[in-house]
Amino acid sequence: MKQERVDLLLVEDNDSDAELTIRHLKKNNMANNLFHVKDGEEALEFIFATGKYAGQGDSTNRPKIILLDIQMPKVSGIEVLKQLKGDPRTRSIPVVILTSSKEDPDIQKCYALGVNSYIVKPVNFESFAEAIKNFGFYWLLLNQPPVDKL
Amino acid sequence: MMLYKNIPIRKKLLRIVFLINGIVLFVTCVTFFIYEFYIFRKTTSEKLSTIGKIIAANSTAALAFQNADDAKEILAALKAEPHIVAASLYDKDGKIFSKYATTARESVFPVSPGVAGFSFTNSYLDGFTPVTQDNRQLGTLYLKSDMGDMYERLRLYGTIVVLVLVISFFLAYVLVRFLQKSISTPILALAQTAKVISDQKVYSVRAVKMGNDELGTLTEAFNHMLDQIEEQNRNLVEFNQNLEQKVMERTEQLESVNKELEGFSYSVSHDLRAPLRAVIGFTSMLEEDYTSKLDDEAMRITSVIKKNTIKMGHLIDDLLAFSRMGRQDGTKTAIDMTEMLNEVITSLSPVEGNGAISWDIQPLPRANGNANMIRQVWVNLVSNAIKYSRKRKAPHIEIGSFDKDNKHVFFVRDNGVGFDQLYQDKLFKVFQRLHSAEEFEGTGVGLALVEKIISKQGGDVWAEAEKDKGACFYFSLPI
Repeated sequence: MKQERVDLLLVEDNDSDAELTIRHLKKNNMANNLFHVKDGEEALEFIFATGKYAGQGDSTNRPKIILLDIQMPKVSGIEVLKQLKGDPRTRSIPVVILTSSKEDPDIQKCYALGVNSYIVKPVNFESFAEAIKNFGFYWLLLNQPPVDKL
Repeated sequence: MMLYKNIPIRKKLLRIVFLINGIVLFVTCVTFFIYEFYIFRKTTSEKLSTIGKIIAANSTAALAFQNADDAKEILAALKAEPHIVAASLYDKDGKIFSKYATTARESVFPVSPGVAGFSFTNSYLDGFTPVTQDNRQLGTLYLKSDMGDMYERLRLYGTIVVLVLVISFFLAYVLVRFLQKSISTPILALAQTAKVISDQKVYSVRAVKMGNDELGTLTEAFNHMLDQIEEQNRNLVEFNQNLEQKVMERTEQLESVNKELEGFSYSVSHDLRAPLRAVIGFTSMLEEDYTSKLDDEAMRITSVIKKNTIKMGHLIDDLLAFSRMGRQDGTKTAIDMTEMLNEVITSLSPVEGNGAISWDIQPLPRANGNANMIRQVWVNLVSNAIKYSRKRKAPHIEIGSFDKDNKHVFFVRDNGVGFDQLYQDKLFKVFQRLHSAEEFEGTGVGLALVEKIISKQGGDVWAEAEKDKGACFYFSLPI
């Protein structure tokens, strides 16, 4: 159940990674309207207002930005990306992949599906912090989000 | 005119038969001729001798009674034999008593009688027969005959011979034409079959055996050879198919192994990094959020934790690069080594540049190899040279090449810290280092990667060094 609007949807199954990401965002005051789901299935249910999120929002929930991991149980990030970009209602929502994988096939697939950006999670703490900061500044402050129909 | 050996068999047979025919006929006819000649002469001679005896016997009265008219009459009877051209009677004194001649020439008659007997002179047969009565010689008879008879006969024979020759050659020709088929037809058939088979490469055709003679044997042998060719062809095809099958199977195996490895390194890159990130992240969080609660020792401990975890990250990266290099197919192209080297140095310099390094780069030949892999080799060797000579006051790196044993040999020489030549076989093994991590950072995978790449491209790597003087690394590539 949510009350406020969600600006940033974080889709991440790994608790440690999620904690680090949220910590870095909080540090830069960008975690205010953040919602975290732990797998692809829940992400889709949230966005399309189905399953356990049925009835909230009218037909969709549209965050300003979705931070999406690839390796997740049940429904993978790539599946989620495909559905998001395939549906006219959600196609324009900016999606940024945030993943450990630097492998070519993954990068190719995501861009082919229309991902807006692809960031590799650095192992190093400081580098991670810097990456999240840059991400936040760009996508939450600098970038002009698509026009909200609501 | 064609060489005899190149004439078709049919014509050869014809010529042989004609030749034999001709020779046999010739020998036969000549023999016959000669025989006839001598027989004829003998017969003529005997005949003349007999005529002589008869005339002589009839002339005794004429000679005894010196009756010239009677003698003339008797001689005139010789008219019956047209070939007798002259006859004369001599009395017992050897004087001509009577003459007979078909021509008017006087010199035809010998002056006086000679010895009894007949002989051939020039083209006449002449001779003497004694005229005797009761053992008393009354005179001599001279007879001369021309050879017209014989010549006629011989002419006749000659004509017959020529006719016989013509007819027999004609017959021979016809018969040869007909009979040589029994020899040449099977040969031609076999030759034709062989030509067809070898032109069209159809080995299922067989020659027809036409008899049990040598040609039959040849045909059988020929067919047998064809059987063998067909069988060998079948075997080859089967073998090839087997081989193809094996190659396919082997390729499938290799492909599946490769896929496994790809999956493996994918997992590694993903799943190993996440916990690493967590360890580093949470240790940092500890440092950041609990600074006041941690003393110097605690901070040292957390820093050790982080340092080791970071190193593990590098190890993973290097190992992944190592395994990825092994899986690449390494397509070769011609590489401008000088250009590649300059790019590599430019890309490395900003990172490593501390003291000013003096470079001595000699012109390098073009090489054949996989561009990505060779670039990695240069990166590793040059960054090593930079790293290990960094502590020198005047770091100097020399790069050049020479040719040896049909290969291009490239070297990178530095005046850095060098290594003990004693341990040089460890140099190119994975994770082996000859220096401590405090002195020089590194995972010990760089040189192993170089070795793997170069040996894959068909070359060698080796090194020479002296502790504290410097090191020189060589790698060779086939020309």
